[in-house]
Amino acid sequence: MPQDPGERRVVVTGPPRRARRAFGYYRPRTEIDEQTTLGHTYVRSLMRTQLRAALAVFAVLGMLIGPLPLVFAAMPDARRLEWAVLGFCLYVPLVLLARWYVRRAERNERDFVRLVEDR
Amino acid sequence: MNSGYAVSAVALVVVATVLVGAFGLRISRTTSDFYVASRTVGPRLNAAAISGEYLSAASFLGIAGLVLVQGPDMLWYPVGYTAGYLVLLLFVAAPLRRSGAYTLPDFAEARLASQAVRRLAGAFVVGVGWLYLLPQLQGAGLTLAVLTGAPDSLGGVIVAVVVVATVAAGGMRSITFVQAFQYWLKLTALLVPALFLVLAWQGDGAPRRAFEEPVTFREQRVVRVDDSLDLQLDRPLTVTVNGTVDGRPHDDQRLRLPAGTHRIEQGTRLTFDRGATVPAADRGSNGGMSTSLATGREERPLYATYGLILATFFGTMGLPHVVVRFYTSPHGVAARRTTVAVLALIGAFYLLPPVYGALGRLYAPELALTGDADAAVLLLPERMIGGVGGDLLGALVAGGAFAAFLSTASGLTMAVAGVLTQDVLPTRGVRHFRLGTVLAMAVPLAASVLVGGLPVADAVGLAFAVSASSFCPLLVLGIWWRRLTPPGAAAGMLVGGGAAFVAVAATMAGLPGTGRLHALLAWPALWSVPLGFLTMVLVSLATSGRVPPGTAAVLARFHLPEELRAEVKA
Repeated sequence: MPQDPGERRVVVTGPPRRARRAFGYYRPRTEIDEQTTLGHTYVRSLMRTQLRAALAVFAVLGMLIGPLPLVFAAMPDARRLEWAVLGFCLYVPLVLLARWYVRRAERNERDFVRLVEDR
Repeated sequence: MNSGYAVSAVALVVVATVLVGAFGLRISRTTSDFYVASRTVGPRLNAAAISGEYLSAASFLGIAGLVLVQGPDMLWYPVGYTAGYLVLLLFVAAPLRRSGAYTLPDFAEARLASQAVRRLAGAFVVGVGWLYLLPQLQGAGLTLAVLTGAPDSLGGVIVAVVVVATVAAGGMRSITFVQAFQYWLKLTALLVPALFLVLAWQGDGAPRRAFEEPVTFREQRVVRVDDSLDLQLDRPLTVTVNGTVDGRPHDDQRLRLPAGTHRIEQGTRLTFDRGATVPAADRGSNGGMSTSLATGREERPLYATYGLILATFFGTMGLPHVVVRFYTSPHGVAARRTTVAVLALIGAFYLLPPVYGALGRLYAPELALTGDADAAVLLLPERMIGGVGGDLLGALVAGGAFAAFLSTASGLTMAVAGVLTQDVLPTRGVRHFRLGTVLAMAVPLAASVLVGGLPVADAVGLAFAVSASSFCPLLVLGIWWRRLTPPGAAAGMLVGGGAAFVAVAATMAGLPGTGRLHALLAWPALWSVPLGFLTMVLVSLATSGRVPPGTAAVLARFHLPEELRAEVKA
């Protein structure tokens, strides 16, 4: 027998879920499946989060790449810098950006699943 | 170069390709295997296959040649080819896989429920695919001609036959194995010789002049001009001439050529002094991979650079052979992870061409003059190492180059054949797919044999610009914007892609000579991509009554994780 008296006090008394749904309790999952307006709102919110993540990474990419041609044009003597940056230094940041985005996108999806499955 | 080694290396690559393809054939059973490898290709294998398919002749030979001729600005090409995958990952990868469509026309139809848009997208896929196939065949011809002196079209014919055989026999399943194998082959074929070349460079006292502008000859060098060319001199040049310059014959005479343009006739031998600047050649028609894309750069270098960045960043997602690969992933999450692996693989590969470009500037600067700059990668091992070792390394590079032509060509053939089979030929089925394969390859092969000296880099640039201005708006707006309508999509593709096509075609035909207009037309992406997006958005808003009824459900399918969707179906 458990020694902690607190544990014994736990009693499950709620009605079964199926009964609840019959009373009109909604689950987001059903809304999406049945394509109601509310369901569309859920999908829209997922799209917005995903688009925001994509645009954030894209902005970083733009800030990383965008000024480079100007910099090189402003410093015509810095040929070695141009060789080093374009030849070797950009690929690792690109891969890191990609990994960062994938993590974020997958986390967004997990959060969304948790939300609609009502867990 | 000892052509015996090179020929056996090329033959070995061809045989290995057929064998690996046959291995795939044994496990390729169903129609689904044939088209999408039954959608069971894991991220690792798929990433190697995508990279193997993507790294084409332009990457393997072209970049080093471009860098040799024009300097480090050309390194924007590999950066753009890589970053294009990042943009694709951000906006397209997972939803495209979840759309469940197989080709771009399938995507257009699934999203917009319109046969007209589907047909238009199909026409663009076939057009872009053929444009991209052409340089692969011509590059193969060039490689074989440089290595063995074979006729120019032979290499293209070999590639065409091998590709049609493997694709028609085994479909997507076998191609996946072939291309994964070819990625590693290509990486090895550049990496191993590069290590030896860098060692040789170290042994030479590690000269750093390659990074300076302009390129100079390190020692006295005799250059034979194979095709007549116009030499452009910024300052006077002293050179010993044996042949015809500016219409006057000379016999081993030392000449001081004043600044300006000079006509060098075919067969002339020029002897340059040590430390002489390598002059720039202006050639009309001998179309190597590294030549004519750069036209217009001198006038507006900054504009051209941004045009190049935009075209490669946004064009990658619309290349038909790239898109088709995403349907072979098992689900959207795998499609994303695959793309990250692809970025790492092609990023690793692209570290190597700059090495060849820099060493080429040091040890083979005269290639910039004779128009064979694309051969730099092939010739460097012999030039720097020599002997049997140089021959063997040269043969390895030649084999890798052929792997590049084969893999990209088979991916493109696969994509074009898929569209032809589904939209042009009457019934669907494996037999018709095989017929489609032959058709997909026959047209560019005929074009490459007939047209011959078309500047191949232009074809690649054109393919990227057209894809960036037509498919990129279609994919991005189709995935993220609910109010896209079929007329809007059609108008955007026609206006954006059509404008890019006309602009580059006009440049290739040599319509505007010089000046601002020339630069605008040679690098259309900077205005044609926004034009495509704008047209698509405005026409869609104007025809807002024609938003397809199922849009909300379609978008839900694009974006919902698979675990939610599985139960929707049930």
